[in-house]
Amino acid sequence: MEYMIRFSQSHETFRLAEIEALAVLEGIKFQVTSYSASSPFCFFKTTSEDAAIRLVKRSILAKCVYEVWGTGLDYEALHENVVVTSQNVWAQYKTQTFKFFMDTFQGSRSIAEQRELIEEFRYLGFTGPVRMKKPEQEFCILEHWPFENVSGECPKPSAIHLGRYLGGSERDAIQKYDLKKRKYISTTSMDSELALVTANLTLASPGKLFYDPFVGTGSFPIACAHFGAIAWGSDIDGRSIRGKGKTNLYANFEQYDLKNEFGDSFVADLTNTPLRATTLFDGIVCDPPYGVREGLKVLGSRDPTKGKEIVYQDGIAHHLQAGYIPPKRPYSFLAMLDDILDFAALSLVPNGRLSFWMPTSNDQDEEIHAPTHPCLEMKSICTQSFNRWSRRLITYRRIPDSEVVASIARNRTPKGDGVSADDLNPFRKRYFEGFRPS
Amino acid sequence: MKVLTLNFLTCAVKACKSSSDSFPLHPKDCELVSDELEVNSALLTNVLTRVDWKALTTTAAELGFPTLPATPPTPEELAGDEKMLKELHTLLMETQINEGKLVCGHCGHEYAVKEGIANFLLPNHLV
Ligand SMILES: C[S@@+](CC[C@H](N)C(=O)[O-])C[C@H]1O[C@@H](n2cnc3c(N)ncnc32)[C@H](O)[C@@H]1O
Ligand SMILES: [Zn+2]
Repeated sequence: MEYMIRFSQSHETFRLAEIEALAVLEGIKFQVTSYSASSPFCFFKTTSEDAAIRLVKRSILAKCVYEVWGTGLDYEALHENVVVTSQNVWAQYKTQTFKFFMDTFQGSRSIAEQRELIEEFRYLGFTGPVRMKKPEQEFCILEHWPFENVSGECPKPSAIHLGRYLGGSERDAIQKYDLKKRKYISTTSMDSELALVTANLTLASPGKLFYDPFVGTGSFPIACAHFGAIAWGSDIDGRSIRGKGKTNLYANFEQYDLKNEFGDSFVADLTNTPLRATTLFDGIVCDPPYGVREGLKVLGSRDPTKGKEIVYQDGIAHHLQAGYIPPKRPYSFLAMLDDILDFAALSLVPNGRLSFWMPTSNDQDEEIHAPTHPCLEMKSICTQSFNRWSRRLITYRRIPDSEVVASIARNRTPKGDGVSADDLNPFRKRYFEGFRPS
Repeated sequence: MKVLTLNFLTCAVKACKSSSDSFPLHPKDCELVSDELEVNSALLTNVLTRVDWKALTTTAAELGFPTLPATPPTPEELAGDEKMLKELHTLLMETQINEGKLVCGHCGHEYAVKEGIANFLLPNHLV
């Protein structure tokens, strides 16, 4: 039989990418037979009921999964199709406890209407008792109503499906990790829904080692830890990790009872990383600094002529004094993206994944292209659109060395010696210009 | 900072990366603490493929832990050996440097660890 995912109707471009990642994680083969960004119902084929359940159980953007018992453009067609599609299995459910419910996408039905529509399915011949709490089988009538109901005309759904409920998703985690209830956050913390989706796209799972080089308050490590991965994080700004008093990155792991999944946090600049140049991580997840709300800085002096000698103050080396803060200089966003790719190519295990967020203008001419690397295969690009700009989540797979095509030359942005943040970061410049035509 | 993390880190100075003296960093004046955590055998099996065993042996000795075997256990050996799992778990995951310094054996630079968080930012003359 065919199966159907009931998606949440939001973050449309992330939905199939998430399911495809979960299929890799679970080792499931599936094939989408009908899907559209404007519909929350995605039909697919897979090898078994169990596979369908496993495909969706960790999903954040799916709500649940059904076995499809029939589909039609109106009720008459639906009932006809239910008979053809599912009659051979009715007997299996004949005496089980069951219930029916309705899911009216973009529409609504009164209780009386619902009862009437449900009654129409009497011919299924179920004799088991109806049970509202924990029945053995749940059947759902799923209606898809047109986006805008033309008033005056007799309104009706444009498609109707009957599904046998198989299993739920991990969507409740969105509430659990809601930033409003989190102990330690900042203006750049990632909302829980998208952080959890990012963890799914990078295949975070028990026993794996994950890393966020721009960790901030730890949104991504928390999401990866939720799925059982052990997560490390670092940031050039020690204050973001330490927070204030007991409100800090580690406190978030304590709040969610994830101490066992905490790897470590340390202070470091990705462009001068202390991490060994070898395969250490199964996944790398991050939201690099765009240079809009937070500085994009790297170690070193703004002034390239500034001495490379040790600075002494009162006979003591300045850098050894308490409270010493090393100088930092602006850096190119595009060069930083290339640095992330280079780092991921070195640090990821074969088939390990990298996901990072990058902003882009909605104007096609100003679009910043997703960077490429010969050792990294792009798996998905997902877009979250705002008014004037968008941000994209790009996911790569580390191609095992034996499969890397050596002839593809690396084409990276020069590390850049521009001085002002605007010179180095076209997105920041356009952001502050309000994306006016240039 | 966990002993496992120490095994992942070397000196942040680029000129030191090629020197074998820059790894592992050497703990100095370190206060150790230990957090009780659940043994995660899937993680430890995974971790052993990433750990530099020779460096770990050095670190364990420097921190006063019993001498580690000369070679790491294979995944099969580890899976069947509760005692080995527990010992590695204690060393790698539970033991942490809370305060102290990590010293590069090549350039001598000292990285401070405060409240369990190590700082690898470099002064301008080392960038
Ligand atoms: C968009 S924020 C990430 C926020 C994080 N996802 C969270 O949950 O709070 C970017 C972070 O990158 C850090 N950063 C900027 N330049 C850096 C560099 N060169 N190396 C490492 N971190 C850097 C900033 O301090 C900031 O915390
Ligand atoms: Zn050094």
